[in-house]
Amino acid sequence: MGCGLCEVYCTVQHSKTKDVVKTYNKEKPRPISRVRLEVNRPVSFAAQCRHCEDASCVAACLSGAMTKDEKTGMIMHDPEKCIGCWTCVMVCPYGAIKMDINKKIVAKCDLCSELEVPACVANCPNGALVIKEVKR
Amino acid sequence: MRCQLPKRSISDQRGEALMSKYVIIGASAAGVGAVEAIREVDSSGTIVVISEEQYPHYSHPMISDFVSGKANKEKIKFRKDDFWESIGAQILTGRTAIALNLTDKSVTLDKGDRIGFEKLLIATGGKPFVPKIEGADKAGVFTFTSISDAEKVAKKLETAKAAVVIGAGLIGISVTEALVKQGVKVTVVELQDKILSLLLDPKGSDIVESVVKRSGVTVITSQSVQRIVGRPEDDKTVGGVMLTKGDQIPCDLVIFAIGVTPRTEIVSRTNVKTNRGIIVDNFMQTNVSDVYAGGDVAETYDFILNQNRQLPLWPLAVSEGRTAGFNMAGKKTSYMGGTSMSALKYFDIPVISCGITNPKESGTFEILTLEDPARSIYKKLVLKDNIIVGMILLNDIERAGILFQLMKKRENVKKIKHELLQEDFGLATLPLSMRKKVYSGE
Repeated sequence: MGCGLCEVYCTVQHSKTKDVVKTYNKEKPRPISRVRLEVNRPVSFAAQCRHCEDASCVAACLSGAMTKDEKTGMIMHDPEKCIGCWTCVMVCPYGAIKMDINKKIVAKCDLCSELEVPACVANCPNGALVIKEVKR
Repeated sequence: MRCQLPKRSISDQRGEALMSKYVIIGASAAGVGAVEAIREVDSSGTIVVISEEQYPHYSHPMISDFVSGKANKEKIKFRKDDFWESIGAQILTGRTAIALNLTDKSVTLDKGDRIGFEKLLIATGGKPFVPKIEGADKAGVFTFTSISDAEKVAKKLETAKAAVVIGAGLIGISVTEALVKQGVKVTVVELQDKILSLLLDPKGSDIVESVVKRSGVTVITSQSVQRIVGRPEDDKTVGGVMLTKGDQIPCDLVIFAIGVTPRTEIVSRTNVKTNRGIIVDNFMQTNVSDVYAGGDVAETYDFILNQNRQLPLWPLAVSEGRTAGFNMAGKKTSYMGGTSMSALKYFDIPVISCGITNPKESGTFEILTLEDPARSIYKKLVLKDNIIVGMILLNDIERAGILFQLMKKRENVKKIKHELLQEDFGLATLPLSMRKKVYSGE
């Protein structure tokens, strides 16, 4: 239905306070959502990093900030290593990497590694978001 | 450590060649990509990597961040410190492979020692091109492709106040920004009539040029440097440059950023075929079996131009190395191909350029553009038969990857072409059938 709560909860989860009001009103610059609501009425869906098997962003990364976790298969992004060269933005087939212009680095879905279930999934009001591993 | 390393030291000089299943010459993007791919397939085969540089596995494109002060020597490493050990490869640093012997499948190193191989990857990269200009041998003249270049430039900056950068391509613009950040007055001299002429069209180039100039950089186009002049008190040290039209620009350092040429010397006395670079097939193998090449030394497939050519770009070098590695280890993998593709962050104007961006032939291409001068946004798509073959994105680049995917998959975009450059363009713009097609196998 395109409510956009996935973006709100993602933003809050990646904030310092983890509080929705404080995140939106006080935190400057406001953390950015790593999920994006894609809308083209009547179609709407949430799009975030697909944690690709052979990820273009990992191969293309100039700094080594983008890596694949061998154990979990997750594509991880290290903001300390990132230099904001935007090469991953160019090659991500899903356009799922966000630019954090204030920090001059990128940001992407980390599947909320601190949580059991990612915030966008846990808070999707009509259960449109699920997390599952898909083998291609 | 996951693999058996050769028992004797590689520097053994008794004449008998040591053996390693895999030998890789070059420890940069393609070399690292190959080692990682080999280990995904073969966990135990011995790997020896020969690196001419003392400080391997750093990111060459990041040397400008090193000079600007944004990244130290530690940060520019694109893999962990213990990369070679933990992946089980033996790295020989500061060593040069000087000859390739195809009859006994061995590589001769600089001290006369030899290493035999079953599979070889040549990933020697490129060397900066320096034209024969009078005065190019003076102190204070640099190239800019390696960390040792960057360290020399950084050292010079302790005293230098003004610089001339020759060449306004990717490397030229990157080093210009770094110098500006270090408080140096920079003049860029470009032979073409526009900066970044291989990446952008005249309009895109003008926008970037105005941003560059706002930082205090002087941009001189349609000219080159005739000679480099010395100082009145010391002719062996750079004091300035004289341009082709006779103007003289005083400066303390000169940086050549004209381009790189493939370092093919290692195959020069062999049957390995070269054009400008080493010729490879779809599996990164040269015409000689078991001898592979990848990265800046090779000519690889451009999926837009449908031909192999020199594409000295970091992400492609990694992919080429990976493809070579898989094939060397026995997992038949064809190279997906690349094209001219660059993302730029310099002077805080995000730029993406892919494929054919400024077609000369009129009639066969369809051009779509969107401009928003107030926000320095300029976007351009080049279509041929409704297939995207090129794009320029300035300042609004976040959805570039989707457009690039459409380009790579050679998707017919007729139905949505007028939405492709809109601000709200995204995955949802693609009809379901197109999404399914374009993302199958991803």
